[in-house]
Amino acid sequence: MAYVAIADRDTHPHNPDTFITKYIWSQDHKVIAIQYAITAIFVGVIALVLSLLFRLQLGFPDSFSLVAPNEYYQYVTMHGMIMVIYLLTALFLGGFGNYLIPLMCGARDMVFPYMNMLSFWVYLLSVIVLLASFFVPGGPTGAGWTLYPPQSISEGTPGASAGIVLMLLSLIIFIAAFTMGGLNYVTTVLQARTRGMTLMRMPLSVWGIFVATILGLLAFPALLVASVMLLLDRVIGTSFFMPEMLSMGANIDYGGGSPILFQHLFWFFGHPEVYIVALPAFGIVSDILSVHARKSIFGYRMMVWAIVAIGALSFVVWAHHMYVSGMNPYFGFFFATTTLIIAVPTALKVYNWILTLWRGDIHLRVPMLFAIGFLFTFIHGGLTGLFLGNVTVDLPLSDTYFVVGHFHMVMGVSPVLVIFAAIYHWFPKITGRMFHEGLGKLHFWLTLLGTYSIYLPMHYLGILGLPRRYYAYGDTDFIPESAHVMNAGITVAALLVAAAQSLFFINMIWSLFKGKKAGHNPWGATTLEWQTPDTPPKHGNWGHNLPEVHRWPYDYSVPGEKEDFIPQTEPARMSAIPNREHAHSTK
Amino acid sequence: MNISLLFAALTVAILVWCFLLQHLKTKPWLEQGIIEEGGTTKVPAPRVGLWVFLAVVTSLFGLFTTVYNMRSQFPDWRPLQDPSLLWFNTGLLVLGSIALQLARGAARRENLDSLRLSLTTGGALTIAFLIGQLVAWQQLTDAGYFVTTNPADAFFYILTGLHGLHMLGGLWFWARACLSVWRKLETSPVMEITNVRLRVELCSVYWHYLLLIWLILFGLLLST
Repeated sequence: MAYVAIADRDTHPHNPDTFITKYIWSQDHKVIAIQYAITAIFVGVIALVLSLLFRLQLGFPDSFSLVAPNEYYQYVTMHGMIMVIYLLTALFLGGFGNYLIPLMCGARDMVFPYMNMLSFWVYLLSVIVLLASFFVPGGPTGAGWTLYPPQSISEGTPGASAGIVLMLLSLIIFIAAFTMGGLNYVTTVLQARTRGMTLMRMPLSVWGIFVATILGLLAFPALLVASVMLLLDRVIGTSFFMPEMLSMGANIDYGGGSPILFQHLFWFFGHPEVYIVALPAFGIVSDILSVHARKSIFGYRMMVWAIVAIGALSFVVWAHHMYVSGMNPYFGFFFATTTLIIAVPTALKVYNWILTLWRGDIHLRVPMLFAIGFLFTFIHGGLTGLFLGNVTVDLPLSDTYFVVGHFHMVMGVSPVLVIFAAIYHWFPKITGRMFHEGLGKLHFWLTLLGTYSIYLPMHYLGILGLPRRYYAYGDTDFIPESAHVMNAGITVAALLVAAAQSLFFINMIWSLFKGKKAGHNPWGATTLEWQTPDTPPKHGNWGHNLPEVHRWPYDYSVPGEKEDFIPQTEPARMSAIPNREHAHSTK
Repeated sequence: MNISLLFAALTVAILVWCFLLQHLKTKPWLEQGIIEEGGTTKVPAPRVGLWVFLAVVTSLFGLFTTVYNMRSQFPDWRPLQDPSLLWFNTGLLVLGSIALQLARGAARRENLDSLRLSLTTGGALTIAFLIGQLVAWQQLTDAGYFVTTNPADAFFYILTGLHGLHMLGGLWFWARACLSVWRKLETSPVMEITNVRLRVELCSVYWHYLLLIWLILFGLLLST
């Protein structure tokens, strides 16, 4: 029954035998995924430490002198940029995309394995260039992660000499890496699915990653254009974005450019970027909820439609990040409307997740806990997004901690919870061993409650009017003493959450060597990656024959079946068919 | 940004939607057994990869032209005198594109001599185009239009430069196509002919697309 797919030709050039070709210059999508993940988590930890440093400054402005005002801005900038691009984007698409797409689609590898390998090494280069900016004169850029000109390249901003140049170069390199990876992900989903794996039989994880990659491929060019032009402004003195300005009483050499133009470009990338991170998270959560609730996902088709609709809409909402920059009121009205419209498919997904849980056989294992935790933080962050989507509400809140609370809830904590859920969920497949359940649960509760005690108070601080981006507040009348206390409390919670992450690393490293053997399908999941002949899967994934797909990926608790799941590779049973529609409508 | 970009985004959305719509209507939970899906695996992956890449290129140049249009509305914009050499260069690129189209036909008919001739001609014309672009840059700097003189000049350099870089990338794949025509086709003609056909076909598609982009850019540069 051997079935020859595109990725299954004999001409496959890669036959790893030495340590170096197997683990370093590897073209195996699973190894590349792990390389991506480790690099991304490594920079993520750096960004986490940076956040602790500036949180200490904010919470206890008089007690610590760890951070100077310039460094404060540099750390905030690097924290934001690293977390959004070098951690979340790289981990979801480079990490999970690489690992899951070929396995879940039933392919032996990505369709262009060499380019896939190149993608990782170019990504690593972008990370090195980024981190190098800590060691150049003036340090990394402190312009804020949005890098708005004119201030990002004007004298006086930290890192305006060398740091910003390295940052822009690093972004350009990252985009090259992403494009190479992205071409692979899209082409693999389109071309290398195994026999019987129709588009509508793909698990939602693949759908989320697929649509997110398309968004990335179309949106990252906007960041590329902005970065190249800003780099030219900075290095050779063009005036694409730089207006005529006085600096230190003297006219600078620029004139006539438009900073708003940069903002448009940046956010034309920046808003889809939110969904580049969110859509894979949506997909992965759907799968994890379904597996651990032993129930088919509620409204699979609707979930796919929602992913596609969110992807399309995400290109027409970008200017809601620019309300305070000033715009034609009709323009603002248009973008407020599209922003609120995008909440519809998103809310639809949330309802479907909850309905998937409804009367399910819920197993509160670690991945499931994280996935349910995501529902809380995402609903929370999504609702505050509705506040900020309205121009009149956004204007007073925009420069306050309300925004910090909102986007950390929706784009910080939520995807990170999904990342943890996914790592715990697929750890048995990746390593062949189980993690420590108790330690995982402790990690979950500390992380969830800890992050809530960081970001929930920020909303109150924001409504109080506490401005963001300040190094220290000093004695100001409109900030009551209680706000300072709250700020200190947030810092303590942040330290606790950061410390709790060591549980995760200890658990992973300990389980890698000492965890008990997982078997090939410990969760009783239906999707293809759990049906590999070897665990962890070997190079080429499927042994001699590719799997064949006979059913959709959510056949859980089908009435009249012995097991409460039917793998996608299981051939059709004619007797079961007549009852099926009935079974789904009553469940 | 502006209406054209919005329009482009909508077009992409509609295209994606149309492509997906036939799939999105199925009810996967009701269907069991193997479903054969319209021969997805029969299209070579590199061809799909190229089309996806062209979408990225479209996004990149679309954004650049949008920014160009927006920036050119500002009062400090001083249109530059486009060197007339650009007309000649455009001619070279058109001929290069035609040559590659001929190469594609020759590869299909397995006419090796004609394939070699037209493939070489196509590459040579493209290299001549790139040299011509560099000469045009030289003429502009000699006439005092530097990158920093005016945003119009800066855009001229950045757009032609970016297009040139994409042509250079194309030449890399053209060189690999040449390699398989001259080297590998000698050693294993039966195995390699499909490969050669595909390589030459993809090169020609990429060349036509970059020609189209160049014509749009050229029109844009002339009109402002």
